[in-house]
Amino acid sequence: MRKWMLPLLILLPFNVIAETPEEKGMAIAIKADKANTGWQDMQSEMTMILRNRRGDETTRQIRNRQLEVIGDGDKALSIFDSPNDVKGTAFLSHTHSNEADDQWLYLPALKRVKRIASNNKSGPFMGSEFAYEDITSQEVEKYTYKWLRDESLGGREVHVMEHYPTYKHSGYTKQVVWVDKERLQALKIDFYDRKGKLLKTLTAHGYQQYIGKYWRPAKMEMVNHVTNKSTTLNWNNYKFKNGFGDRNFDKNTLKRSR
Amino acid sequence: MTTISSPVYILFTKNCLLILLLITSLVAKVYAVEWSGYATVEYQRFVHRPLYPQQPRENLSGAVQLSFVHKWDNGQQVFAYVPFVRLDQHDKQRSHGDVRELTWLRATNNWELRLGIRKLFWGVTESQHLVDIINQTDLVESPDGEEKLGQPMANLALIGDQGTVDIFILPYFRERTFPGTKGRLRTPSPVGDEPARYTSGDKQRHIDYALRWSHYIGDLDIGLSYFDGTSRDPSFISTGTTLIPVYDQIQQWGLELQATKGSWLWKLEAIRRSGSTSSSDYNATTGGFEYSFYGVFGNSDLGLVMEHLYDSRGNLAPTPFQNDLMLGLRWAMNDEQSTEALVGVIADLPSKGGAYSLEASRRLGENWKANLEVRFYQPKKASDPLFVYRSEDYAQLEMSYYF
Repeated sequence: MRKWMLPLLILLPFNVIAETPEEKGMAIAIKADKANTGWQDMQSEMTMILRNRRGDETTRQIRNRQLEVIGDGDKALSIFDSPNDVKGTAFLSHTHSNEADDQWLYLPALKRVKRIASNNKSGPFMGSEFAYEDITSQEVEKYTYKWLRDESLGGREVHVMEHYPTYKHSGYTKQVVWVDKERLQALKIDFYDRKGKLLKTLTAHGYQQYIGKYWRPAKMEMVNHVTNKSTTLNWNNYKFKNGFGDRNFDKNTLKRSR
Repeated sequence: MTTISSPVYILFTKNCLLILLLITSLVAKVYAVEWSGYATVEYQRFVHRPLYPQQPRENLSGAVQLSFVHKWDNGQQVFAYVPFVRLDQHDKQRSHGDVRELTWLRATNNWELRLGIRKLFWGVTESQHLVDIINQTDLVESPDGEEKLGQPMANLALIGDQGTVDIFILPYFRERTFPGTKGRLRTPSPVGDEPARYTSGDKQRHIDYALRWSHYIGDLDIGLSYFDGTSRDPSFISTGTTLIPVYDQIQQWGLELQATKGSWLWKLEAIRRSGSTSSSDYNATTGGFEYSFYGVFGNSDLGLVMEHLYDSRGNLAPTPFQNDLMLGLRWAMNDEQSTEALVGVIADLPSKGGAYSLEASRRLGENWKANLEVRFYQPKKASDPLFVYRSEDYAQLEMSYYF
């Protein structure tokens, strides 16, 4: 045994015992990511209900398909069925953990595929209270973490954590996340804006387990505390392992997704 | 050959509307559910009194487009039928129908085959679409040339790791539509009193071919295309009272490039065209950028577009865009009504003339949409092709119902 390894051996058990809140946060994030690995591909239908200050509602129907990419961000294709004037509009994204995402939009009236800039992640998705960064694939590398405490929320045992976006164009300084200890899924997220002020709160409801492993919510509710507007996402018909491949998420498929 | 092309030929004759209705009602009975579409009413008001006595100062028009899409075989086969009809208060040539789409698609992992009438788009730039050559322009629909007629074709796409190769056989040629005597935004002598002329003896039955390779590598999207056939852009012979379109045989190479770098989109389109006349033998480019600011005035996006338009024919070019600069400002409010606006100018650099436009739209409720369009033409020289539009400034309001 070489001499220099001795101090390391002494330090090692000490480190395990005194795991910092940051290390504990990271460990939970990695565990959650691992629990949600291996689903391969998935499709679902989504109804988006936008509610303004007065409570007036408008509805959008969206079909989603996703492909898990191990070692990088996932691929996703969304097709809009309503409102009627944007029926057939489709959005393709190849997300990446460490570089800018690739995004294309298909405009059916012009039959045009447009590569679009992907750095507007903080912008609203379809006029809703969800930003692009709230709904695209969540990779471990996209945040740094800090564990705050454990508590219970709505009868579930949770870790309360802070996520700090590593992405410089993010609309948030931090997110406070309530993670279900057993299912490792977020039950509630408080979003803090660039000035550090509480901007939005997301709650997820009706989690169900699919193909014996993966938990997905039936409903998500986002409330904007500044504008008092809110958006509800209702998810239906989750289907896993449809046999999708890269070809189902290319520009050719985007062009004919109607 | 005749047996294949004759039904297609019939479809575009004067009986077009009747056949449209017939197919529509047949398909409607079989699959009632898979229809969508829109109906729109358009009001145009021209700023200046017309140059020619038959022309109106204001105009009403209505259009309907239906869209029937039937998918089967797990989405690997699609049948689509999209008829379009417009009725115009004054201009007989603007009252027209078209089959925008009547097509069957079969898709596999490695190839996609499409047979029938279709619309498609090639290109990346905003001010004009040089490379986009497959579909003819439906000019009576809009003077900006963005509206297209359905094109009969067989198209095989071969899809691999090195991009997509599209092979096109185009068995029938569509003539450009032009405003009639009673229409605004027309040439001094109207087009259409006499049949079009062709360099090829096959006329409209000439079989055109096209090839295109398209791919993307990282933040670069690229397209390279070749077309051999009847030019979609006619030149004209004047008889004194009417203009006769002449369609030449051409070969065209096209290049499309877009680099997406953060908030910057860098764009280039270039064509090399050869034909039998000096007006169909040239190079042209459109190049520039779009830069976007996000989260302006709350949640709005603001895009700045700048493009240079070049044509090697210079002042002899039949297009107004031989050395022009396009500046545009795109504003998207990102609200639940999808409120958007685009203001722009295409300025002729040598003469300082220009064409100005404003396009704005907003959804009303769930199913209605309002569109405002304003165009102003300020040609500075009689030799500018825009000179024919010198008294055609207009504002247009459109109300559309989508179902």
